[in-house]
Amino acid sequence: MNILKLAWKNIIHNPLSLLLNLLLLTLGIGLINFILLLDNQLKDKFDKNLAGIDLVIGAKGSPLQLILSSMYHIDAPTGNISVKEARPFLREGHPLIKRSVPLSMGDSYKGYRIIGTDYSILDLYSAEISEGKRWSDTYEVTAGADVAKKLNLKIGSKFKSSHGFSDDEDLEHEEGTFVIVGILAPTSSVVDQLLLCSTKSVWDVHKHQGEEHVAQDTVPAPVFDMSRSSLLSFGEEDITSVLIQYVNKTNFQALSMPRNINENTDLQAASPAYEINRLYDMMGTGTKALQLLAILIAIVSAISIFVSLINSLRQRKYELSLLRVLGGKPISLFALIILEGVIMAILGFILGMLFSHIAMTLLGDSLSDKYNYDFRAWEVHGKELYLFLVSIALGFFAAFIPAILAYGTDIHKNLSQG
Amino acid sequence: MLKTTSISHNYSASSSFSFPDISCNSNETLLVLGNSGVGKTTLLHILAGILSPREGEVLIDGTSLYKLSSNRLDRFRGQNIGLIFQKPHFVQSISAEENLLLSQKMSGQTPDKSQVKTILEKLNIYNRKSAKNYQMSQGEQQRLSIARALINKPKVILADEPTSALDDDNCESVVQLLQEQSQAVGASLIIVTHDNRLKNIFNNYIQIN
Repeated sequence: MNILKLAWKNIIHNPLSLLLNLLLLTLGIGLINFILLLDNQLKDKFDKNLAGIDLVIGAKGSPLQLILSSMYHIDAPTGNISVKEARPFLREGHPLIKRSVPLSMGDSYKGYRIIGTDYSILDLYSAEISEGKRWSDTYEVTAGADVAKKLNLKIGSKFKSSHGFSDDEDLEHEEGTFVIVGILAPTSSVVDQLLLCSTKSVWDVHKHQGEEHVAQDTVPAPVFDMSRSSLLSFGEEDITSVLIQYVNKTNFQALSMPRNINENTDLQAASPAYEINRLYDMMGTGTKALQLLAILIAIVSAISIFVSLINSLRQRKYELSLLRVLGGKPISLFALIILEGVIMAILGFILGMLFSHIAMTLLGDSLSDKYNYDFRAWEVHGKELYLFLVSIALGFFAAFIPAILAYGTDIHKNLSQG
Repeated sequence: MLKTTSISHNYSASSSFSFPDISCNSNETLLVLGNSGVGKTTLLHILAGILSPREGEVLIDGTSLYKLSSNRLDRFRGQNIGLIFQKPHFVQSISAEENLLLSQKMSGQTPDKSQVKTILEKLNIYNRKSAKNYQMSQGEQQRLSIARALINKPKVILADEPTSALDDDNCESVVQLLQEQSQAVGASLIIVTHDNRLKNIFNNYIQIN
């Protein structure tokens, strides 16, 4: 029976006030950590998928929406642009552009997006084939690692696509059966969540189906192989957007390119870095409000520890005097009360961690259902150590005044009253 | 053994107490009798090393209590003085056995379960070792108090009104138990009380006024 054990026994002797204290601590610390986790993981996702993309060109509309749909695949596209309009940015040899990636979207399979594109997307995200081969013929698909795993797609698996991005069987295209010809190795970028096929496959699915998608020209279509030049030989056909990497990010002409596009063409150019920072700013306001609330709860939990310790001191004044009579030093009483506060704070920290990571798991599940994004809910981040130290400090300061009072216990006075 | 010389104390200018010199050898029992308000608790606290008297000296086995530093006095008290309170006070959150182990720890000794077992058995409450004190009867609590006062084999045992709430039969048996157990560890037993029944049991007493 030492001071540490006694502190523990004292804490659990008062289950109701322990419950209240732990509840507040768990909420406060848990909420703070949950916000940190969410912030970290979202930023991590967003940053990873920047993939060195300097510009996204697509139809006019919200620039953030263009970025979210083309780079993160979590929003509807702003519309379509014709190959003819996009041609200047897609053709090889543009002096400012190192790499351009055409994207055609509009369909999905079980909530995973089917993207019509060419092999440049593999270079952009440094994706490699792990099984089978790259898509080449119409309706051939190479699946990202996560999609393949989640939907259990194998080489030779066949599926029909649905119009739109939700998993809705009523919207299934009747024609055009896609076949998996390859599976990509994991890249931990957004490509893992995509089904990649040729631009022509996307066109063909829609040609066969609705009137709105039927190409206006009745001239026989040019021959399509996977080369960029064969893509550019089309004109009125639609694509959704183009991802662009500059040769030199700081080139003056490159910097003025977005403005030129926005002012002089029917296209929209959006800069990911700028839009994502804007998004962080918007999220930041919400996060800050939540963070303030969490800090407030943490402070309330400290006050609650303080009050419960003060109350227990009143009930325990004979006990504390007794400890002194038995030979305990004043500093031992000080340590006892401090330990009670700190132990509660550590328990609260542990529960708070569980709470925040479980909440993150639940949120991660619902986000991954909706956006097919994976969150590593149980990943420990560096700030958790910092939060641990803050929790201990919180327990210490909540217990400090009660501990000082215990230190100054007047044995003679207390025992004379008994 | 315990010995005092010319102790006096005052809380304010108007109320002051002077106490007769006390001496009690090992294995002896001394009764300190006095009515309420004559400073019995004050004297007890002075003897126990809890309250420093304004004047005078308390010697236990040759050590002058109030010449010790406060840390050493705490330690000395834990090791050499066993105190039995009028009302049984225990640490509520821990069991009877743990209270005794805590006593050993607080006085700077290594907690020894077998020693605790021996003393609980001697006082016939070993079967209650896991009970919290509020789950015990008054008699059991009083025995536990005595066990705690004895556990560190003190030189002096001080008992504050140990019999005031007891009927004649119980009064006698508790006092006998106290005396036996004190002698078993070779301690001086000093009982501070207003209970005149005890005069019939002990012939060695002093009266304070």
